[in-house]
Amino acid sequence: MTTENQFSLVRYYAAGARTGFQRDLQYRMATFMVLVGFLIEPVVYLSVWSAVARAQGGMVGGFDEGQLAAYYVVWTLVRVYNTAFDPKAWEWRIRQGRINTFLSQPVHMFHRDFSFFMGSKIAWTILWIPIAVVLTLVFRPSIEWHVVNVAAFAIAIWGGYAVRFLVLYVMGMINFWTTRGAAMFGIVSALELIFSGRLVPLQLLPDWAESISTWLPFRWTFQFPIEVLIGRLDATQIAAGIGYQAAWAAGLGLLFTVVWRRAIRRYEAVGN
Amino acid sequence: MSRPIGPGRLAYLHIRLGVQQELQYRANFWVQVVNSAIALGVGIVAIAVVYLHTDSLAGWSPDELVTVLGVHLMVGGFLRAFVFPNMYKLMSDVEEGTLDYTLTRPADSQLLVSVREVELWSLIDVVSGAGVLVWAVSRLGDQVGVIHYLAFLVALICGSVILYCLWIVAATLAFKVVRVDNVMQMLSGIYDAGRWPVGVYPFWLRGGLTYLVPLAFAITVPAETISGRIDWPWLLVAVGFTVVAFVVARLVWLWGIRNYSGASA
Repeated sequence: MTTENQFSLVRYYAAGARTGFQRDLQYRMATFMVLVGFLIEPVVYLSVWSAVARAQGGMVGGFDEGQLAAYYVVWTLVRVYNTAFDPKAWEWRIRQGRINTFLSQPVHMFHRDFSFFMGSKIAWTILWIPIAVVLTLVFRPSIEWHVVNVAAFAIAIWGGYAVRFLVLYVMGMINFWTTRGAAMFGIVSALELIFSGRLVPLQLLPDWAESISTWLPFRWTFQFPIEVLIGRLDATQIAAGIGYQAAWAAGLGLLFTVVWRRAIRRYEAVGN
Repeated sequence: MSRPIGPGRLAYLHIRLGVQQELQYRANFWVQVVNSAIALGVGIVAIAVVYLHTDSLAGWSPDELVTVLGVHLMVGGFLRAFVFPNMYKLMSDVEEGTLDYTLTRPADSQLLVSVREVELWSLIDVVSGAGVLVWAVSRLGDQVGVIHYLAFLVALICGSVILYCLWIVAATLAFKVVRVDNVMQMLSGIYDAGRWPVGVYPFWLRGGLTYLVPLAFAITVPAETISGRIDWPWLLVAVGFTVVAFVVARLVWLWGIRNYSGASA
């Protein structure tokens, strides 16, 4: 790729991100309501595990109540960064012939979607701040702030976004072969819920389940960034985690390239 | 001139038509079976993980907590089968101005907008929830008697009516602000909080889940009844709350249609 092309791609990303940012700030009430909807899930989990911790004398699985609160408050931000293009939306895109427009453009639609969601996250982060303040006042999380952790978190949360975006994008390719992918997406979503640390910190699962989570991408998209910020990982573990993210992103990127070539050969445009 | 059709028969005819429409799409049955199995599986996993670390959660034993999961699945299936599709249809009718066709019919408009759509396959959740409930209750033994089964039926009906009232009040806001789908999505999110008994939650949240989004009456009270833990006065409060909710929903609906000017005119 020439320098000029690379520069164009950077500008394309900037434009895509700006569009996503402006779209979500334009409909800020709708975005805010979705964020409030996101809150219910961690508040439920936090309440349940705090009750368990209290019943066990204040600690469960190495977490006290303050650390559980820290886990689930950061959870809400990581959840925002984990949103990406839904595989079910691919079915709509294909059925409606919406990808025809993108196929005729000189830049791959991956860049369009990836940059759009990047910009959208900036808007969501702005709207998330007041929610985080309220959660902090209500649940009193205990976090030991370290500059290194905050810097590593800034990398890990975007790394998690990249991996999850690719997981969902690859799953979306299934829609080129079948219109009944919904059941499969449901199964993967359930596995993700359990093995990502979204339902419960992975340390609270049985040992065998926690071991499985190491070999799936979901842990590195969700629990890893949380643990980085709340200070549960040392420098070696943080470096290893970012390495896992990079490996998953590279592997999934390669897989997407291969599957995309086959998928697009099958595709027959209908309509616009 | 023939006699007008009564409300019961009118609801039955609409629901039958909705069922017949759904039966055209039988492949959706299998998709729903998988989705129900996933919802059940995740619910059981969550409970199992909790009891790996404790013997009792806010006074609930594992089998008692499974009854909460069963009721949550059953009531959720009822909402997805009968309430959600009708409320979304109502909102889209208000937005597009096609509600006029319903309002001009010679029957009660609230009844009509509440029975037009059925998502039949969501009833699979009702079946799986009932299955879980039977399994859990069979393990509870003597603490559940005939009186509890009868009271459970009353509590379940009350809970379903309360949630229907909540959703129709939210959907009626569409007469004023048109796009309330985000509010509906938020309510659906809050419904997930009912998977655990409200006693688990902090005081302020418990209050909200009892009187604002009354999952306490809709799910916890039926589960307490079928697991033999009920404080009987709470059942009476649930019945009273149902009556109040129904009257409020009716008044809000009448206010809504009085303020509706139609968009198609």
